[in-house]
Amino acid sequence: MSRAQRRLLGQVVFYAFLAILVVYTVFPFYWAIVTSLKSGSELFEAGFWPLAPAWNNYVIVFEEQPFGRQILNSVIVAVSVVLLSLSLAVLAAYALGRIAFRGRRLLLFTILGVSMFPQIAVLSGMFELVRTLGLYNNLLSLVISYMIFTLPFTVWVLTTFMRELPKELEEAAIVDGATPFVVVTQVFLPLMGPALVTTGLLAFIAAWNEFLFALTFTLSSEQRTVPVAIGLISGASAYELPWANIMAASVIVTLPLIALVLVFQRRIVSGLTAGAVKG
Amino acid sequence: MATRAGGAPPALSALTRQRQKSAWLFLAPMVIVLALVAGWPLFRTIALSLTDANLADLDARSFVGLENYAFLIEDPDWWRAVRNTAVFTLASVSIETALGLAIALALNAHFRGRGLLRAAVLIPWAIPTVVSAQMWRWMFNDVYGVINEVMLTVGLISEPWAWLADPALSMTAVVAVDVWKTTPFMALLILAGLQMLPQDCYENAKIDGVHPVVVFFRVTLPLLRPAILVAVIFRTLDALRIFDLIYVMQGNKQDTMSMSIYARQQLVDFQDVGYGSAAATMLFMIIALFTAVYLTLGGIGREEKA
Repeated sequence: MSRAQRRLLGQVVFYAFLAILVVYTVFPFYWAIVTSLKSGSELFEAGFWPLAPAWNNYVIVFEEQPFGRQILNSVIVAVSVVLLSLSLAVLAAYALGRIAFRGRRLLLFTILGVSMFPQIAVLSGMFELVRTLGLYNNLLSLVISYMIFTLPFTVWVLTTFMRELPKELEEAAIVDGATPFVVVTQVFLPLMGPALVTTGLLAFIAAWNEFLFALTFTLSSEQRTVPVAIGLISGASAYELPWANIMAASVIVTLPLIALVLVFQRRIVSGLTAGAVKG
Repeated sequence: MATRAGGAPPALSALTRQRQKSAWLFLAPMVIVLALVAGWPLFRTIALSLTDANLADLDARSFVGLENYAFLIEDPDWWRAVRNTAVFTLASVSIETALGLAIALALNAHFRGRGLLRAAVLIPWAIPTVVSAQMWRWMFNDVYGVINEVMLTVGLISEPWAWLADPALSMTAVVAVDVWKTTPFMALLILAGLQMLPQDCYENAKIDGVHPVVVFFRVTLPLLRPAILVAVIFRTLDALRIFDLIYVMQGNKQDTMSMSIYARQQLVDFQDVGYGSAAATMLFMIIALFTAVYLTLGGIGREEKA
């Protein structure tokens, strides 16, 4: 085989790998969309294109359960979690990133350690707490409990970001007599837009997807969040699961997420790597 | 800092003291919340694991010492859950690393449509875990699933496989979904590592006419090791606590039951809070051990000192 032929073969193998990769990553969601548009016996044939799109499945999802309410629940919980963790984390990140104080290292280690906690390890203790506070079957229980995974993460990423802000800005503000609180809120916060969007988005996705706490701390379908609703849609037996409806519900809650991720692609990637590589 | 502090001691140390005071003021809300949602529940879980507490009436409990742990290490179902979790972690993390490395190398090459490909790779990561589990459960359906359909058509199998019901296949199916879902994360972390590699090594190798495969094993892989190690540790810790993916796909089935699923079943389904908390505490200790090893091995300590 000549050099040119080998080169060509290499190219063919490379592009074949890329093609397989795209099919592998995209096909399952494509299949979910196709399934969500099938009805009746069409569902049980492997047609790769819905012949007569059955939009009705999307209507049924909202009729058979309070799905609109559940989406609203998820939005309320995720947005509250994001706002609360970002506001706590910005202050903490300033202290951790820019002030040298005794015990900083230990605190950073502890925060990293908490982010490794398995959720199940706090489940019974958290359940007791939720019940004592009278928050069982209340969305507030989720807002509080989700802090365990969003807070360490936002603190960590914002701390790495805070460290990289120019020192001169802060010094100038201090010379002008600014208190640390003013430095954070008036000087640094306006510069942190991109970092806040990235960490906020990642925290939003984590809260939007959470399953175990939502499954345990809520009971009625009016208080359920989307992942629990989709995870628990069931029929009389495994063979009677309403697959088209499950897929319709899945598509509804996933499309906005995919759109968000694709729009903020670069930021998300940098946020993920800042959380891990620098961590 | 030290030299400057020597230059103007009183003013600066006053400022430093004021800053340190405000540091704790700024940290207080975060520390209090973390103590409330992480420290306290963890402490209570460990405390409850030493009692015979029941979910129906948490207050009517008595201290039983290590009895729950004694039962736990005698329970073959617990050990099965430990083994399942170990198999799941080992299989998924190693496949994800190999595949993630391949994808990262491909994404690092220059070709048209690279941005599009990177977007495609992100899609599985963007899909909620519960949704991925349901999607794949449908694709793995033994009668109507598209996977069996395609494999039958291509001729890979002669009759439909019961992916989710057959004990010999269900773990494979679960691992396959986890690999699909989390390889993008792995690939992105490794890609970030790849893009930070010094380019001059490669130019030298190119000039010397070293074969690309040799370059990969002699240059790329050793330089990439820290990035891969971090990614592997993150994924391992995540895989050890796996719950939602397996629970939605398989429920409480024994063949795929992980430690988290075992603990939740005891806690919620059987209402045995004491025993379930003991299982949860065991999982916590295993993960704490891994984390401690990671913190000692990882570069964080060194970076902090600098």
